[in-house]
Amino acid sequence: MYVAVKGGERAIANAHAWLAEERRGDPDVPELSIAQIREQQRLAVDRVMTEGSLYDPDLAALALKQARGDQVEAIFLLRAYRTTLPRFGSSLPLDTGGMCVRRRVSAIFKDVPGGQVLGPTFDYTHRLLDFALAAEGDPAPAPRADAPLAETLPGVIDVLNREGLIETEAASDNALPPPDLTREPLRFPAARAMRLQNLARGDEGFLLALGYSTQRGYGRNHPFAGEIRYGEVAVSFVPPELGFEIELGDIELTECQMVNQFAGSKNEPPQFTRGYGVSFGHGERKAMSMALVDRALRAAELGEETDSPAQDAEFVLYHSDNVEAQGFVQHLKLPHYVDFQSELNVVRGMRRAAAEAAEAALAEAAE
Amino acid sequence: MNHTSALAGEEGYNFAFLDEQTKRMIRRAILKAVAIPGHQIPFGSREMPLSYGWGTGGIQLTAAVIGRDDTLKVIDQGADDTTNAVSIRGFFRRMTGVRTTERTDEATVVQTRHRIPETPLSEGQIIVYQVPIPEPLRWLEPRESETRKMHGLAEYGAMHVKLYEDIVRYGRIETAYDYPVLVNGRYLMRPSPIPKFDNPKMDRMPALQLFGAGREKRIYAVPPYTEVKSLDFEDHPFEVERWEQSCALCGSNDSFLDEIVTDDQGGHAFVCSDTDYCTRRRAAGHEGEGMPEGYLQPSEAAEVLHHPPSALRAPSPSGGRDSDLPPEGEGGAQRRKGDASSGTAFRAGLRP
Repeated sequence: MYVAVKGGERAIANAHAWLAEERRGDPDVPELSIAQIREQQRLAVDRVMTEGSLYDPDLAALALKQARGDQVEAIFLLRAYRTTLPRFGSSLPLDTGGMCVRRRVSAIFKDVPGGQVLGPTFDYTHRLLDFALAAEGDPAPAPRADAPLAETLPGVIDVLNREGLIETEAASDNALPPPDLTREPLRFPAARAMRLQNLARGDEGFLLALGYSTQRGYGRNHPFAGEIRYGEVAVSFVPPELGFEIELGDIELTECQMVNQFAGSKNEPPQFTRGYGVSFGHGERKAMSMALVDRALRAAELGEETDSPAQDAEFVLYHSDNVEAQGFVQHLKLPHYVDFQSELNVVRGMRRAAAEAAEAALAEAAE
Repeated sequence: MNHTSALAGEEGYNFAFLDEQTKRMIRRAILKAVAIPGHQIPFGSREMPLSYGWGTGGIQLTAAVIGRDDTLKVIDQGADDTTNAVSIRGFFRRMTGVRTTERTDEATVVQTRHRIPETPLSEGQIIVYQVPIPEPLRWLEPRESETRKMHGLAEYGAMHVKLYEDIVRYGRIETAYDYPVLVNGRYLMRPSPIPKFDNPKMDRMPALQLFGAGREKRIYAVPPYTEVKSLDFEDHPFEVERWEQSCALCGSNDSFLDEIVTDDQGGHAFVCSDTDYCTRRRAAGHEGEGMPEGYLQPSEAAEVLHHPPSALRAPSPSGGRDSDLPPEGEGGAQRRKGDASSGTAFRAGLRP
């Protein structure tokens, strides 16, 4: 009996009240504050901001609280809020070369101007549960460097690419407003700007798996981590009524420049190509996965074979959005009994026809 | 830009949730869709506060065409009381404050999932379908770039071959719902997952039919009195399903019937999927053979579960407006800003 899907407003309201109770958990345990989530669950907040396409740590923390820690649900909440916000315009392209760097590593050059900066990373931690954390207490302060880093660290690839062995990214035409995936439907063939926008909002797990698949031979593109940097970067905007640039503030950003081998084509000499990834806050896994997939999606324009999932733009871009995906997968919970009834009728009819045919054959054999 | 801002905040949301610019964008897509019947128009589908796959396309269409004077009916599986229908109706109640109804003939806008009401729709009404997958050729060709070409060239042979293969394999076409139709002799169209039983109702329907796919970001339409032909073959004409049974409640033998499992012994009964149609027939004195003894309607069962029997509500034979939803005003129709009348005006322009 499909009782569960029939029900009035009251059933829904009661379910929501119960949900709110579950969200709170044991009331004897102190309630989480938005600030606690923002400060102590920062990477969760960062992911929600990245895939929610909205840089607002407080709202992302609120979404996480409301979603009981469920990331995709929190991303959905943030997106549904974002959609109601008016658009003032587009910011100027971020100058990540001017980033105030907290972490910057390159895997392709041993030493880079400004040095490798490890920063706050899980890398090289031994993944042993730290039972000391179960007890509350502040960690010992981290040692400070004798001198601060240079104000800015220019991008590794640009500095060390004097030979031109690595392709140069052509600056896009800033006169044109960038496409906005949240206002226009995705169309194919999708330009790289559109693809990158889609990947930046795309589900981290999906991109991680796709990027991983290219490393295992499904569209191999020989990647090297050219540079990964994380830090604060200024966002600037030119209000039409002022006509000059003003700085809106700083955001935290992670950027990945992947460098990939390229054998060359009829028109291009062999050279290294690039894949690009970016995320709000500290999101290296996401940025690196995105860079791998971005490069894979460039296969067609570079004249490479495109027979792997990660190289298939329609496959990747139509399925990367976890808010769309979770909705459609979970809509199977909605009643489908009308369609099922139609199928029942068809299957019963087919079985009846098959049984009659078998009976007729039996009768014939008996004669 | 002096349109009313759709800012969320103390003042609440814009009338029907979407901001006026977005409504305009959707209306433009609707006009294009009406001008090219059955052709899918890409549109800048917004992220709605309800989940993709749960009617976001239909909700955006309804939000774009609804005005203060409208009366809205929302059904899912033909019924007004399925949870998602209740939820969507509640959403519009909150966001517009418009009148809602369960009566098909009273509604000016009907949003539906998986059914077309049994009561024929008339001029001036709009039926909004929630569409999961808008592309009729999708199962034959997964690539959008290819299917768009196929539509451009009206290259629909693949669909005919699919139907033919059904006949060869099963002796009949096995597609039971979402049965492909040709609109106005030109575009192959997916009628959304309605049972093929409902397909004939689409043909030359006096009401405007709008289809919204939010996740897939497509809108399409069938203008009033447009030919909608279900694909078939001369020697295998299209036919709709029939039931040997009639509705246990109202006795109807020409409506779409849901099979209800009535006990754990394999007993079952058939009742109209269209709850409004069934209620109306019963009010007019029609009677079926009745449900098996001791069987409670789901809503009654829920009542019994949650309340002592003395609290059982008498069913209201007049149906009409929902009584279990908060009354108008509580959601704050007055609070809604925005140009609610433009929806109505826009719709008046679309009427035949």
